[in-house]
Amino acid sequence: MSGEHLSPVALHKALTRIWGTPPGLARFSAVNHSILGKRFMVVAMVFFAIGGVLAMLIRAQLATPDSAFIGPELYNQIFTMHGTVMMFLFAIPMFEGLAIYMLPKMLGARDLAFPRMTAYGFWCYLFGGTILIVAMVMGYAPNSGWFMYTPLSSGIYTPGINADVWLLGITFVEISAITAAVELIVTILKMRAPGMSLTRMPIFGWYMLVTATMMLIGFPPLILGSILLEMERAFDLPFFDPTRGGDPLLWQHLFWLFGHPEVYIIFLPAAGMLSTIIPTFARRPLIAYNAIIVAIVAMAFLSFGLWVHHMFTVGIPHLALGFFSAASALVAIPTAVQIFAWIGTIASGRPRLDVPMLYVIGFFIVFVCGGLTGVMLAMVPFNTQAHDSYFVVAHLHYVLVGGFVFPMLAALYYWLPHFTGRSSVYRLSVPAFWLIIIGFNLTFFLMHLTGLMGMPRRISTYPSNWGWDWLNLLSSFGGFIMTMGFALVLVDIVMQFRLGRRGTRNPWDAGTLEWAMPTPPPDYNFAALPAVTQRADSLDPGRLGNNLAAGDGYLGFARASRQESLGVDMMTGKPDQVIVLPRRTWLPLWTALATAVFFLGLLFKIYWVVPLGALAVVGLFLVWPRALGQRHDAGPIDIGQGEAVPVDAEVEDNVTWWASKIAAVADATLYASLLFGALYLAVVAPGWPGQSTETNWWPALGLLAAFGGSVSVRLARSRNADGTSPYGWLLGTAVLAALAAAACIVGMVQLGDATIHANISLRFALYAYCAIHAGIAMLIAAHAAWRWRGGYVSAVRATSLRLSVLWTDYATAALIPAWGLTLLLARSGGAS
Amino acid sequence: MSTLDPAGPSASSIAALWWVMFWGALALFALVIALLAVSLLRPSALASIKPGTWIVGGGLVLPVPILVALLVAALLLGEQLLPKPGGAAPVRIDAHASQWQWRFSYPFIPDAASTSILHLPAGEPVDVVVTAEDVIHSFWVPRLGGKIDAIPGHTNIIRLQADKPGVYRGICAEYCGEGHETMGFEVRAHAPADYAATIGGQP
Repeated sequence: MSGEHLSPVALHKALTRIWGTPPGLARFSAVNHSILGKRFMVVAMVFFAIGGVLAMLIRAQLATPDSAFIGPELYNQIFTMHGTVMMFLFAIPMFEGLAIYMLPKMLGARDLAFPRMTAYGFWCYLFGGTILIVAMVMGYAPNSGWFMYTPLSSGIYTPGINADVWLLGITFVEISAITAAVELIVTILKMRAPGMSLTRMPIFGWYMLVTATMMLIGFPPLILGSILLEMERAFDLPFFDPTRGGDPLLWQHLFWLFGHPEVYIIFLPAAGMLSTIIPTFARRPLIAYNAIIVAIVAMAFLSFGLWVHHMFTVGIPHLALGFFSAASALVAIPTAVQIFAWIGTIASGRPRLDVPMLYVIGFFIVFVCGGLTGVMLAMVPFNTQAHDSYFVVAHLHYVLVGGFVFPMLAALYYWLPHFTGRSSVYRLSVPAFWLIIIGFNLTFFLMHLTGLMGMPRRISTYPSNWGWDWLNLLSSFGGFIMTMGFALVLVDIVMQFRLGRRGTRNPWDAGTLEWAMPTPPPDYNFAALPAVTQRADSLDPGRLGNNLAAGDGYLGFARASRQESLGVDMMTGKPDQVIVLPRRTWLPLWTALATAVFFLGLLFKIYWVVPLGALAVVGLFLVWPRALGQRHDAGPIDIGQGEAVPVDAEVEDNVTWWASKIAAVADATLYASLLFGALYLAVVAPGWPGQSTETNWWPALGLLAAFGGSVSVRLARSRNADGTSPYGWLLGTAVLAALAAAACIVGMVQLGDATIHANISLRFALYAYCAIHAGIAMLIAAHAAWRWRGGYVSAVRATSLRLSVLWTDYATAALIPAWGLTLLLARSGGAS
Repeated sequence: MSTLDPAGPSASSIAALWWVMFWGALALFALVIALLAVSLLRPSALASIKPGTWIVGGGLVLPVPILVALLVAALLLGEQLLPKPGGAAPVRIDAHASQWQWRFSYPFIPDAASTSILHLPAGEPVDVVVTAEDVIHSFWVPRLGGKIDAIPGHTNIIRLQADKPGVYRGICAEYCGEGHETMGFEVRAHAPADYAATIGGQP
């Protein structure tokens, strides 16, 4: 089965035939994580350049008082786009790209768990980002600020499509964040090298595990908020309108419930890179590995409890603010743990300086300063002065540039030899560093003072008599110095690609697995997967790399033109399945184009196109599994080293099952945000008179049907386990789920005019959510029936059935609080 | 216009808090960077420090007392600045924001008209009741104290005091659309004796 033993060169050729992506048009069908990771990073750099040009326009406008360079109308678009581009189109995709490229290599896998999802996420990112940039070039950029506060961003005060561009474009891009989160978590938990228990995982894996989990929970509130605001703008459903039972503060809660964890979502991957780079240059393993893991998990928890510190001046009672103030200050503790762990690592090693370390030093200087102003801003009285002033602008740039851009530059110079296989040219990177650090501090350090002197953010111009003139001029000057530094970095990168010397394989003498392969890396990463017997940050990649290239390890062969990697037990790292990965395909591109049709239909209000786009997306997704699966039970197969395990389709604990459970968590977070919004409005919002309205019984009927579906799908599952046909019960499940969806839709119609009051529009949204999920349950049951007919399901290969149980139960569970809130909202009045 | 040039008790105590935090932050920054510099240049000087000491010392012993002290101080200060009921009821002034102007009215003076300049009595606390007509704005007079948002559907109160008669500047601090930067306003503090007459006499 494993074939004869091949020479290293023959093995390389055989694996490249299976894993390779040919040049030319076929590149558009690539699903390989190395290709896509690099694409994410290159596109993110393009967006960084665009955001940088916007920043230069801002500094040009503010360099002098009473400036007439660009008027407020254009200025508002520019600062909104600067923030939006840097946060959503640069920072997040940039670390996603690095993680996509690097994680399988560090963990000892041949690809991520869902290569096609990687590709789909990339196209969503590219298309969504393009919508924003094209809109900007056409003059219709969003102009309500990057946090889009309502009512300024609502239909009355921003009537054009500018705000829709933001809401729809960003939601389109966020698909890539959710898909990346799911697949990074699954890959980290299930696709490590044999023997790499969780406690032996390189620290970057831990950082990305925590980050991806935060993305999974952090993004849904923003996506929900965007959907609600778009529904308000497009269909006048008053979720945020205080005259009809909505509340502008609901938007702020939803936005910052995402927005603050977002800062840590950006910082943690960067900190993970630092925790990887610093030990290499200290020439000793990272100290306090366990304490760092505890610190990042603590950070993740705290980060979800301090969003209100963006809202200290909205009129929330002071003692409640005290709680969020304390949480915001306490986040300094896990940060300090990491800072001192890094310094301690350097101090107890034999440190040497090189270009990456230069940027690490830059990180320390800038980020520590930003952390200290962060503690200041956590103090409520000081915050009331500094909030929305240039002090905050200074703080957030210190944190984000210090906590992300500097580590990213360090990472870039550290891993560039891995991408290029060449060694650095160096001549430009040192002056570039000095230009960036001097320019940065000149620009932003002074802004602390500008803010304390009373300059609010987001003003397009200012009079000359308030003492802000010279500060702004120097800030602008510094900004241009910094830009020159970034331009030099770009030139330096291009030069390394074109002129760099062919380098040695592990130029920094690092101890992690990504260096145990030729550089640039082959399409399959490892010709054989290593067995890990110690913490995977102090390995010997040179020796290991030669052994692996010779096929000495797990799966050191090419089998049946299948792309194979190993799945392991989540905790111990013992191999438990062969994961058969899908090969390159055009499906992700087609699906993303169909998704684009859906979003563009919404954007241009061509509503007949929208359901067509949605149907195309659903139809295409249902085709995805066709390339995978098998029609017979093969039993355990050889994986080398004298071991044999079954393929993933034949085990319960496979990546598809985990991905579904994890996706359900993201979905449930979105729903929880909606339930929170409904309760928040019913309890807090002005304009709820409190008369009862007629109770709508349709969701209760829907609940009954969905419950029937849950019973029916269980019968299907147990018949399948007995080896008899589940077909009838699966069809029954589909019919019951369809009935549940229909009941929810009738319930929506029965509500009448949902634009009258938030009370009705909330129920409309709840029923819509339940209808969609009953629809999903129907599709998955029908799909499982179809897969069974095709012979892909057996008592052992039962993933389709377990997915059907999961999503039918989800639809049932969603209807329970929907019905409860129906009863509550019917008594809360508002619908006169 | 500067928060560092306070003209009332609220702004003064916040400015004092700022200066304490500024010097503290400077000292901490110097400490961290000095440790980093020594660890890079003379690692042998710090090599005997154990990992546990770095984590417990730097991660807990150093920040925890500072943060706790700061939080308690800030909480007490914040409580003190609140518009609490009880004592002599202060003068109440309504500030209503719309795109892009402020209107101030004086419910405690029977026939006072509303004004675009905020008139205050000097030397006594004033409760400014802030509301909004259309979008979110924010009421901020940096030399007198912190800001408070004006949110449609909500009523917020901030207590301010100008110690001496004089002219101060206020500004809208929450981005509110195309005219955001034009939404400044003038604040005039009058000697208490002439205050009522000044308001009554306003057009």
